[in-house]
Amino acid sequence: MSLLRIDHLNIEFPNRYGTKLAVNDVSLSIEPGEILGLVGESGAGKSTIGNGIVQLLSQPGRVSGGDVYLNGELISDFDDEAIRKVRGSRIGFIFQDPMTSLNPLFTVEDQLIETIQNCLGLSAEKAKQRAIELLEKVGIADPEIRIKQYPHQFSGGMRQRVVIAIALAGEPELIIADEPTTALDVSVQDQILQLIKDLCINMNVGCMLVTHDMGVIANVTDRVAVLYRGRLVEIGSTKQVLTAPKHEYTKSLISAVPIVSKRLDRFPLVEYIEAEEKGLKHIDVSTHWIGQIKKHNTTGDLLTIKYLNLSFITRDAFFKKNRRSIQATKNVTFTIKEGESFGLVGESGSGKSTIARMVAGLQQPDSGSIIFDGTELINNPDRDAVAEAHLQIQMIFQNPYSSLNSRMKINDIIAEPILFHGLAKKSDVSGIVGDLLDHVGLGRKTGLKYPHEFSGGQRQRISIARALACRPRLLICDEPTSALDVSVQAQILNLLKDLQDELGLTMLFISHDLPVIRQMCDRIAIMKKGEVLELAENKEFFEHPQNPYTRELLELMPRFEQYGQ
Amino acid sequence: MKTANLSLTQQFLTSDFWYHFKHNKVAIFSAIIFFILVILALFAPLIAPFDPYNLQTLDIMDSELPPIWQEGSDSRFLFGTDDQGRDLWSTILYGMRVSLLIGILAVLLQGLIGITIGLVSGYVGGKTDSLLMRIADVQLSFSTLMVAIIILAIVQSAFGSDAFNKWAMVILILIIGLAEWPQIARTVRSSVLAEKGKEYVDAAKVMGFGSMRIMFKHILPNTLSPIFVISTVQIANAIITEASLSFLGLGMPVTEPSLGSLISIGKQYLFSGAWWITLIPGAFLVILVMVINLLGDFLRDTFNPKLYKG
Repeated sequence: MSLLRIDHLNIEFPNRYGTKLAVNDVSLSIEPGEILGLVGESGAGKSTIGNGIVQLLSQPGRVSGGDVYLNGELISDFDDEAIRKVRGSRIGFIFQDPMTSLNPLFTVEDQLIETIQNCLGLSAEKAKQRAIELLEKVGIADPEIRIKQYPHQFSGGMRQRVVIAIALAGEPELIIADEPTTALDVSVQDQILQLIKDLCINMNVGCMLVTHDMGVIANVTDRVAVLYRGRLVEIGSTKQVLTAPKHEYTKSLISAVPIVSKRLDRFPLVEYIEAEEKGLKHIDVSTHWIGQIKKHNTTGDLLTIKYLNLSFITRDAFFKKNRRSIQATKNVTFTIKEGESFGLVGESGSGKSTIARMVAGLQQPDSGSIIFDGTELINNPDRDAVAEAHLQIQMIFQNPYSSLNSRMKINDIIAEPILFHGLAKKSDVSGIVGDLLDHVGLGRKTGLKYPHEFSGGQRQRISIARALACRPRLLICDEPTSALDVSVQAQILNLLKDLQDELGLTMLFISHDLPVIRQMCDRIAIMKKGEVLELAENKEFFEHPQNPYTRELLELMPRFEQYGQ
Repeated sequence: MKTANLSLTQQFLTSDFWYHFKHNKVAIFSAIIFFILVILALFAPLIAPFDPYNLQTLDIMDSELPPIWQEGSDSRFLFGTDDQGRDLWSTILYGMRVSLLIGILAVLLQGLIGITIGLVSGYVGGKTDSLLMRIADVQLSFSTLMVAIIILAIVQSAFGSDAFNKWAMVILILIIGLAEWPQIARTVRSSVLAEKGKEYVDAAKVMGFGSMRIMFKHILPNTLSPIFVISTVQIANAIITEASLSFLGLGMPVTEPSLGSLISIGKQYLFSGAWWITLIPGAFLVILVMVINLLGDFLRDTFNPKLYKG
């Protein structure tokens, strides 16, 4: 008998346009001690299944059909009181963001003991003893001391360990982990996944691991279920699904995952999800307006950064000695050659985005120099030259949902820089905007709409078209795909590669994601705490890393290709 | 996809705003009453049976007649007459016109000052922000009524009652407008701070646009919802402030009464049995302010995504 069995589950969300079937006829089961991965892209319904099992759907969602059995007992018919007893004591939950899933006003002890007493009904003393045991089990050192502390005294990874301890507090039979490592850095992610895996085996607990990350799936799950638009398209052992996918969607999803072992020209087979519009006008870049970039002053180095320093004040004070600051970049020096794609990689807070902002002119460094095409950008009295240089440096931002002005039509968004800087004749502008939209794969007809009518990937294409409207020579991509699903990411990366080839763009590509960097960049610099630790050619960087930190990161990264891709 | 080729009316009819409005009985009810009152006020010269500003039509013999459903009434006067024999119904219609006009114009003035200061303060930040917001704090630490009473009293004694009566409406608009701008400035500033951190502002900077363009073309349109919401509430507040001042005898003169001055006229006769001179204009004032506030609540619920209902 399976630990958890879901039969023909349907979950629907009624809205003003009708009813949206978020989960459509899904059947699966989990055995004790097994980790089932639930993978799919945003909106596929994977989290909804987890919430539907314990009847925690957000309003107005409801289970409209199907049965859920826990150890043979039908729990989908339970009333509110009965299902409340199942939550915590029989099914534990681990949420995505450890920063918000603990109550900041209570100590870890209060939160653990509350759960233990509620689920197991132990005395206060025994509950405390058990709380300390649990913390020890999830790998928190000095549990007797740390249990008295508040959540803000723990780091992100440590908090997630506490969340796991709370999930285990009621001795559950099943754990539902909803994107447990998405908010964590790579090095911490590895430890948490290992912990979940060990706990499942040692305590014989079943686990449903909801994630969008194929690397996580490949590393920890025993079996995997692939969801697409609310439907279960494929389920099987992890090895079988990853090496011999049957469904077209699974194939497309797997081919879209960037891999570390070798560099590909393009991502194949990624058109399944959001194909480009058909019948777009192809423009010949060499004769078209966007191909006519102004004179080049230099050959060779396009951007030179020397001894760039910037510190942020974290505590201001009247007297200098009382001020506290953190050094965001420390003597950063590198050059980017014309036409190459330069990668900056590092964990969050390593200063990589700060460098991008300084190059783009959004932030002034404390000291150092940035030279673009022979023009010094920092403290240069010739403001016109600096403004002209800055126009040739454009940026694509991380969050496609906030990087477009939602009150402007797409045509106006793209035309604005051309008109403002007088880059083309007024009568030509609407034609150019249409060509740009065609070129990024959206089609000129989309220009009449507003940003909210587009998906994240389409918005990122609009951002790219807007950046191209300034006819840049250097394109800064600051985590351009980290907010996107993996298949959409592959399409955007393909587009960027194509554009680079056609227009001879130079790119500064910033990402925390090593496989993406591997696919996109010619030379790579790795940063930690504001310093560049290592700078090498792509192949050299991934195959013979010199710096110990690089080696550590490369080792910890969840590797998708272990199944012999 | 589907809204691309629709006209503005069709876009409005498919919008969330219209959807929520149709499903909110209180909002529909308030909107209907509000529009009836506005139309009555707007077309007062056509609807009102008498012209209360024309003193020659008044007959002192008609004074203090009760509404028609009471004994001793005159069928010409629906809601009775005031102490000078003016038809109360006509006077209320004209009074509502005055109240609404003062309310709306005062809020426009507040908006002009408040939006500009809020935008600059939020966008520029630093010392400018501190300076402007401290000015706003100082302004707010004086109660609007207190400021208004002092200024109106000074103006009245300096220029005499006649000149004051002539310019009463303009002075009231200026005082209420100038006294309440920090409310709007603060709201605008806080939404500018939220918008400023978004990447489209960075994108505009990277494309080399000037500060003025970024402030007024990019940030301002994105802060319109909260401005809209607070403006409605401010109109209701301005009407109440004007009514209070008029009640205290510092607002609109008796010859051009607003709702507040009508209430004030009636208060001397309240205990001699002529309750209608106070209570009927009072009821109109309460209904007018209440429906505006209810509409403001509805707008806040609809435009605030945190309170969004499915």
